[in-house]
Amino acid sequence: MNVTINGSPHELPRGATVAQAVQRLTGVTSGVAVAVNDEVVSRGAWDSTPLTEADRVEVLTAVQGG
Amino acid sequence: MNDDLILGGEKFSSRLIMGTGGAPSLDVLEQALVASGTELTTVAMRRLDPSARGSVLDVLRRHDIKVLPNTAGCFTAGEAVLTARLAREALETNWVKLEVISDERTLLPDPIETFDAAERLVADGFVVLPYIGDDPALARRLEQAGCAAVMPLGAPIGSGLGIRNPHNIELIVEAANVPVILDAGIGTASDAALAMELGCDAVLLATAVTRAHRPDLMAQAMRSAVVAGRLARAAGRIPRRRYAEASSPMVP
Repeated sequence: MNVTINGSPHELPRGATVAQAVQRLTGVTSGVAVAVNDEVVSRGAWDSTPLTEADRVEVLTAVQGG
Repeated sequence: MNDDLILGGEKFSSRLIMGTGGAPSLDVLEQALVASGTELTTVAMRRLDPSARGSVLDVLRRHDIKVLPNTAGCFTAGEAVLTARLAREALETNWVKLEVISDERTLLPDPIETFDAAERLVADGFVVLPYIGDDPALARRLEQAGCAAVMPLGAPIGSGLGIRNPHNIELIVEAANVPVILDAGIGTASDAALAMELGCDAVLLATAVTRAHRPDLMAQAMRSAVVAGRLARAAGRIPRRRYAEASSPMVP
């Protein structure tokens, strides 16, 4: 299935979880937060939250600013 | 004398809150933050860049500086609320510098979206520190809405124009029962001192330090200026007079 991760298209196996999407970008999970279709998915739910076709996944972290 | 800043129920001995934007490198930023003596520093939330080396979070952690996520880059209340919730998840803090801008040219805060977001974030349990224009009426409304402080600008972000309307800052200070933090517009040390002389409880700045020729030196200057301005405010300045007032006994 195709999902968008941080604005780029990615192909993931059917039923892939939020955790697998994060893994596409980084192995480090501290300091990272995820939203799927503009809803926050808490870290504890990454493994148990499946993605569906065309989901928009945003993986954010803190950077210099402000 | 004990003169802690009490903000969101926590104590800070430094009244200088730093931003992290604009520094040429993490090393330069780190030196500046240490020189500033800050205990609270803002960061922005952005898409994770797998190629990024080092993290601003490591710098803050090393020096035991509390992280204050902001909602920089948001144009609507909805975006700001989502960004604050992501920051809470990523950084394990319910503090947020609420910043909702109206346009990219001035970066001036949008009062309507800011107020809307503030109400939603307070209801969601956040310690909300809103960045606003120098508007006493809006400051009062945000305090009533449950914000932990109000943060009026001195001038537009990064402009270094200082405090364009000292009178309004004084009006905000007079009416406020929460800390008033002068946020944005500081250009040099005298601007930070003036903010404190006007009665602000703290100053938040970034660009004036991070883009100075010597960020570490300017950070040290800002640290001293905030202390000096605070002392001068407590001491009570003499009235301005039209004519001279002799400081030596007149003869005979």
